[in-house]
Parts: sequence; C-alpha cells; structure tokens
Amino acid sequence: MHITILPQRKNVEIAGRKRAADVLRQLGFLPGTAMVIRGDELVTEGSMLEADDVVEIRSVISGGVR
Amino acid sequence: MKCTRCKAPAEVELRQHNSGFCRSCFIFYFQRQVERAIAKEHMFATDEPVLVAVSGGKDSLALWDVLITLGYQTSGLHLSLGIGAYSDVSTAKTVAFAEARGLPLIVVPLAEEGLAVPEIASLTRRPACSACGTMKRHYFDQLAIDRGFPVVATGHNLDDEAARLLGNVLHWQMEHLARQRPVLEPTHERFVRKVKPLFRTSEYETAVYSFFRGIDYIVDECPNAAGASQLLYKDMLNRLEAASPGSKLTFVQEFLHKARPALTPATASAPQTCEGCGMPTYGTLCGFCRLVRETESRRERRLARVSPP
Repeated sequence: MHITILPQRKNVEIAGRKRAADVLRQLGFLPGTAMVIRGDELVTEGSMLEADDVVEIRSVISGGVR
Repeated sequence: MKCTRCKAPAEVELRQHNSGFCRSCFIFYFQRQVERAIAKEHMFATDEPVLVAVSGGKDSLALWDVLITLGYQTSGLHLSLGIGAYSDVSTAKTVAFAEARGLPLIVVPLAEEGLAVPEIASLTRRPACSACGTMKRHYFDQLAIDRGFPVVATGHNLDDEAARLLGNVLHWQMEHLARQRPVLEPTHERFVRKVKPLFRTSEYETAVYSFFRGIDYIVDECPNAAGASQLLYKDMLNRLEAASPGSKLTFVQEFLHKARPALTPATASAPQTCEGCGMPTYGTLCGFCRLVRETESRRERRLARVSPP
C-alpha cells in the first residue's frame, strides 16, 4: 500500500494486507495520535488495509509552549 | 465495529469511552460534548457575543464550527503571527473558513505592526513561544474589551489541558494549578472571561470532527513547536493512554473535581493601569508594552549599527 504521512509529507510503501493498527505501530504512531484516511473515509484502527490501498496518515498532535 | 448509537458501521473508535461512531453520530456526539461543557461550566449564554480565537488549526476551527451550529453569536479573532509561510497559510485558511460561512472575523497582522513573533524573539532573545503567548494574552483581552465581547473562547483541548496539568504538577506550580480551569473569570474590568469549551474532547476527536465536517485546517505544525516541552508531556500522556485508555480524561476531570477546589489563587493587590496601553498591570508597563518597547529599542540599536550616521 502507498502511504503519505502528514504533516511531514513523507511517502512510504508497505507490502501486503495489514490491520490499520499494525501499520500505525510499524510507522511509530501511538494509538489515537493519527487519523488513517482512505479516500474520503476514516479507517478505524481495527480495520484492514489492502495491499493496493492509497492511504493518508495524518498526525493530530499539535502544540508549542516551551 | 458498529456505531454505539445507530449500529451502522463505525468510522471512528473512541477507546477512552469504549465506543465507536459512524460519521453522523460522531458529529452529533461531539457537538453534544461541547454543548454540555458550555452549559455545565456556565461558560456563556446564548445571548452573549463570543469572540473565538482562531489560529487556522483543527481545534479552533472545529470550535467555531460547533458554536455556530449550536446557534451562538460568534466573531473570530485571528492573530497573523508573522511566522513565514506557516502564518500565511494559517491566515488564508482562517479567512477562507470565515468567508465561506459569512462569519465576522478580525485579523491582526502582527508583522505589519512590526511585531512578527520571530523578529521579537530574535531581537529580545526570548523563546518564540513566550513572545507569542504575550501577544495573544494582550490582544485577546484588548480587542474583546474594545469590541464589546464579554468572553473569549479558545480551542484548548483535553490533550492541551492534560499536558499543561502534567507540566504544572511536575514543577508544583501552585499558582498555575489554582488558575487551571475551563472558565477563567476576569479579575479586572479590562480583562474578559476566558473559556475552553473543548477541554473534555481529545485532540484526536477534534481532528476527526474537522475531517468529517470538511474543515480545511492547517495540518503543518508551527516551526517553533519542535522541542517544546508540551509535546514531550503529550507523548508521555499518550503512552499512558495507550496502556490505559481514559487516563487523560480522568487526570484532568479528577483534578478539576477533587484537587483544584482545594487550591486558592494568591491574592494580589489591585493592578494599576499600564501607561502604554491602558490595560491592567502590576508595574508601570504591562508585559506586552515592555516587550514592544524592548523590541523597538533593540531594533533601533541594530539599525544604528548597520547604518551609522
């Protein structure tokens, strides 16, 4: 599957069919810190992503204050 | 996974609530969460004009969207911080949001006033986040007072509040802890009420709401945020949340319910009036005016060095 990670605009290819939670873990995201978007739908972490899916993983973490 | 409300396929899972929602039920749930927070904490009434501080990010635009959906009288206030392309995009997205919905929006272009945050930080050698905070606190109060708004609403979410609480606890900032609450009543006639209607909704929930509502927000992070302590605290809390869902909500709610009432803010003497801007201060000049004067003074000295008479 082809994955674009935002806001870094980084592109990643992952082979095979995988659960969204496993893809997030493989890419270093903790649960609840990124949205998995396929087309115009949001994917739950328990859903399967297919090998030919085009997916966006969008971080939800923001904040400054030193 | 099925939607907890209507049993349709769920599009979002909320582990902290042990529930899932389809798109329309999530939007209903999120708006109800905000509506309940406003009512329970007595943030503002339907006939009070609310000034919504909007950055162009997911939280503040989601907040504004909910408030107009719930029928509140709102105007937006956007500080264009002068942080290069990041601020240009933030301002463009905020303006586009307001124009598409016919909403009143006040834009303060700080760079045009010689107060771009990176320049202030560079000239005064203060952290950019510190200069940014001083700007926001000043303009939020001053513009709200000048334009007749009794209340300013900000998009601080549960993760912001949990990270702030953790930082305050780690350093036992008793005065800050005493003032950490979703509603901050004014302590002077030139201050207004500050409210955080999203304090019970997580960062993930505000992002999902914005996505479902088709809100075009800035996804990029402020370039000054890298290395910020708040991000470290958020990471620690997210690790805790992953192991024990609901920890962040419990941490903030139980603090507000059990600990904060036992804390008393220090009583200070009545503030004076700032000689520069007329806002309250405990010195001759308020923090904002001191920062502006220091910036102007250092800018003049720098110019004098570059082009001597």
